[in-house]
Amino acid sequence: MLFLAQDGITNGAIYALLGFGLVLVFAVTRVILIPQGEFITFGAFTYAALSSGTLPRTAQLACALGVIAFCVELVSIRHQLSIRRLVRAALLFVIMPAVIWLVAMIAAKYSRSVPANLAVSLLIVAPIGLYIYRIVYQPMAHASVLVLLIASVGVHLALQGMGLVFFGAEGMRAPPITEVAFSIGPLRVTGQALAVYVIAALLIVGLWLFFGYTLYGKALRATAVNRVGARLVGVRTVLSGQMAFVLAAAIGAISGILIVPMTTIYYDSGFLVGLKGFIAAIVGGLGSYPLTAMAAVAVGLVEAFSSFYASNFKEVIVFTLIVPVLLLRSLAVPEVEEEKD
Amino acid sequence: MTEKLLSLDEVSVSYGKVEAVRTVSLDVAAGEIVTIVGANGAGKTTLLSATMGILPFRGRIRFDGRDLGRLDIEDRVGCGLSLVPEHRELFASMTVEDNLLLGAFRSSKASTAVAFERVYALFPRLKERRLQLAGTLSGGEQQMLAMGRALMGRPRLLMLDEPSLGLAPRIVADIFKIIGDLRQAGIAVLLVEQNAQAALRIANRAYVMELGEIVMKGPAETVSKDPRVVASYLGFEPEVAA
Repeated sequence: MLFLAQDGITNGAIYALLGFGLVLVFAVTRVILIPQGEFITFGAFTYAALSSGTLPRTAQLACALGVIAFCVELVSIRHQLSIRRLVRAALLFVIMPAVIWLVAMIAAKYSRSVPANLAVSLLIVAPIGLYIYRIVYQPMAHASVLVLLIASVGVHLALQGMGLVFFGAEGMRAPPITEVAFSIGPLRVTGQALAVYVIAALLIVGLWLFFGYTLYGKALRATAVNRVGARLVGVRTVLSGQMAFVLAAAIGAISGILIVPMTTIYYDSGFLVGLKGFIAAIVGGLGSYPLTAMAAVAVGLVEAFSSFYASNFKEVIVFTLIVPVLLLRSLAVPEVEEEKD
Repeated sequence: MTEKLLSLDEVSVSYGKVEAVRTVSLDVAAGEIVTIVGANGAGKTTLLSATMGILPFRGRIRFDGRDLGRLDIEDRVGCGLSLVPEHRELFASMTVEDNLLLGAFRSSKASTAVAFERVYALFPRLKERRLQLAGTLSGGEQQMLAMGRALMGRPRLLMLDEPSLGLAPRIVADIFKIIGDLRQAGIAVLLVEQNAQAALRIANRAYVMELGEIVMKGPAETVSKDPRVVASYLGFEPEVAA
């Protein structure tokens, strides 16, 4: 029993992180980030490749997407071309991924340290979020939630396909973040589980500090609370969107890195994991961080227990959780008109 | 006349096929208060929205000699243009202080500190409430916060849309006094008001808008004595209690 609870909480912590990413992106950009799952896969593959000393192909993917994003940017600024804009675009979309590629090459060759590999993995995957936003969502930032959702499905399928092209159909697994393990009474705590708790806690504290105490964090919150108000004080919707996507990609990648030592990850595994974070976010109404966290732990626990007692129906049971919640919400929530701007 | 800060040249704004503003020309000089009076639906708010870049328009809008046509809202804010909209658009779930801080989003740290002092001096009430959530403030305080937030960015022209709407008469008097103070501080104000009497009293110049067009303009004093204006906007309006 205790073991199952521990397993559930470990997974729940990861789902909570994913849920936060979804809530953040939705609040700021109204995008329901279905491709969150692909960031998990990319994070997992990148980390696994680095730990085995090979160059992660996500570095190439980041470069390719960066170049596409650069072209999209050029087309959109063609009427207001200036050296400053051009240099900025080149730095962000071409030079940055190239430098990251270089760093990835060096890391693959020389780095055997876990924290360094973790950092490099984030460095590779986070910009992918930025480029996806630039290529897909920024040009349609004013579209309705439904259109954005349909685009999300498209991005998810495209990225999953790219995952298959770039990584192949083989699964990947990485060594645990630490090998230490100890027992508390009947409970055996692995270093990996501990790493999940510590990193999840650090990330939550970090996000809290970012949103509560930095100007850019507050600007992101302001955009989420009142988009028109934010624009009127000069906060660019585009900047907020980019920040939200970078954060979500980083969160997805960290989740992937935390999972890949525990289970084998395939090119399409991220989606299912992401969906569980999505359930947590839905229970939280795509708006509340504490509710999302609690729901995530509940999802993790239900998953752990159902995989023990009725493993064939594990996913069914987990996803059925959402039905009563949706039913309740549909009764409790007043009708809202979709925001237009 | 002094240098024009804002000038609108034959500006038209349409909502689909309906033309809400028709070939309006208007200007505001540095440091003066200009008011636009007119009935509900005359196109005043639409005109301010187009000037701020929220709505697309035809015609030409220049600010400080610069064509605003291609600039988006955020760039217009950077030029020194600021709008306090009718609905105020505050960050309701954030504190008063954070709302003000975001008003200075594009400013340096040093100038933000100075702006905080100035805004708190202008609105001591906001300083008392600085840790309260904006959504919990009274209507008058919210209006002060909206104005304070706009002033944090140190604009050269402040556009106010119905600042007295729904406020108690005593608070309206306070707000209008502060608008007068802004002129002293060298900030130009473009004021849209249904409370024509109060607006005409503090303004230098006035425009009267009807059905999307400017039907009269001139010094505020002259406009306020015009028989048509008296009949339509002042005659039946009760004396502002203050």
